[in-house]
Amino acid sequence: MPLLAALHNFAYWLTQDREEAEDLVQETYLKALNGFSSFQPGTNLRAWMYRILRNNFLTSRTGLSAKMTVPLDPEEDAALLPVTADTPESLLFARADRQAVQDALEKLALPFREVILLCDMEEMRYQEIAGTLAIPIGTVMSRLSRARRMMRELLAART
Amino acid sequence: MSCDWARKLDQYVDAELPDSELPDMEAHLRTCPACASGALSRLQAKRLTQAAGRRYSPSPEFRMKVERSLASARLPHWARRWLPALAAAAALLVILSGAAIWLQHARGEQALGELADLHIATLASPNPVDVPSSDRHTVKPWFQGKLPFSFNLPDLETSQFRLIGGRLTYFQQNPGAQLLLESGKHRISVFIFQNRAGISQLNSGSALRNKLAFHSESWTEGGLWYFVVGDAGASDIHGLSELLRSAAGS
Repeated sequence: MPLLAALHNFAYWLTQDREEAEDLVQETYLKALNGFSSFQPGTNLRAWMYRILRNNFLTSRTGLSAKMTVPLDPEEDAALLPVTADTPESLLFARADRQAVQDALEKLALPFREVILLCDMEEMRYQEIAGTLAIPIGTVMSRLSRARRMMRELLAART
Repeated sequence: MSCDWARKLDQYVDAELPDSELPDMEAHLRTCPACASGALSRLQAKRLTQAAGRRYSPSPEFRMKVERSLASARLPHWARRWLPALAAAAALLVILSGAAIWLQHARGEQALGELADLHIATLASPNPVDVPSSDRHTVKPWFQGKLPFSFNLPDLETSQFRLIGGRLTYFQQNPGAQLLLESGKHRISVFIFQNRAGISQLNSGSALRNKLAFHSESWTEGGLWYFVVGDAGASDIHGLSELLRSAAGS
C-alpha cells in the first residue's frame, strides 16, 4: 500500500501527532472505500484521496483549532513578490540542513505548510493542489509564494 | 533582480510556466545572472524541502491495522451486495497501483536530479576532471583498475564534440565513470554505471528538461547504464548518445 506511506506522512505533518495521524489515515481509507461511488472517473484519484484526508482533518479537533488560529491575511495582495536572488537569503537553503528545514516547516501556519508540502514534497501540479485544497489556482500560487518567503525568514532567524 | 521574468521563477522551477513562455525564459536565464541564480536557489530549496518533508513512516503494525480494517469493512458489503464491493475493491487496487507507479517515477526523477546536480557540481569545480585529455586512448585506460567494468568511447575526431576528460564518480553507492565533453560552448556529462537493480529502473527524466533547461538521455547496453546530460540542445544530446551507442555496440 504505497499511498499509505505518503498519506500517513502528510497526515503527521498536519496533526503533528502520531496517533491522530494514524486515525486520520484509517478513516480516510474507510471513507474512500465506502464513498467510492462519489469518485468521478477521469478526475484525479490521488487528489481525491488527499482531499478526503484533509476534509477529515479540518473537522477534527486539531484541525478546527488550527483553522481558528490562522491569521486570515489577504493573500492575493501579497502575491508573487520577486525575491532578491543575490542577497544572503538566497544562500539559506544551500546552508540549511534537513533538521532546520523540518523545524521551519513545523512552524509554518497550516495553510502555508500544506501548500508547500503538496507542491514541493508531493510534487503536485498547481491544478491538483487547487482541487485538493478547494481553492483557486491564483490562491495556490500566492500562498506558495508566501510560504516560501516565510521559510526563508524562519531559516534566516536561526542564523 | 527587477526584471519581469523574476516574478515567474517559482512557476519555472515548479514546471508550471506555459510552454509558449519557456523558450523566452530559458533565453533570459542564459543572459541574466540574477535570475539564473534565483532559479538555482529555488531549485535547491525545493529539493531540500522535498527531502525534509519525507519525515514520518507508518509502522508495520499500523499497516496491518489498516489492511485489517479495510478487509472487515469490505466483508458486510460482500455479503449484502458482492458486486459493488468488488468494484470498490478493484478501484482501490487501481488507486494503490497508480500510486506505486507514481512513487517509483518520483524516486526516479529525484535520482536523475542528483545526477544533474553532479554535472553542475563538476562544472563549478576548479578541477572538473581527474584525467584531462581529449584523447580517448588516454581517458579510457585511466579507468582501468578503478572501475569493475570497462566501456568503449567513440572516435570524436569528425564530430562536433570534444572530449575534455574523465573522473571517477559515485551514485547510489555505485562507482562509475563521468566523462566531460563540450559541444561549442556547451558542456555535457556522460555517466556510465553498472546496470544494477535500482539504477536500471531509472529512465530519462522529462522534468529535467523543464526545470533546468537541461536535456538528458539514458539507456542500457551491454550490462551498463548510460546517462547523458547537459545544457546543449536535445538534438546534440541525442547525437552524442547515438555515437556512444554505436561505440558500445562495436
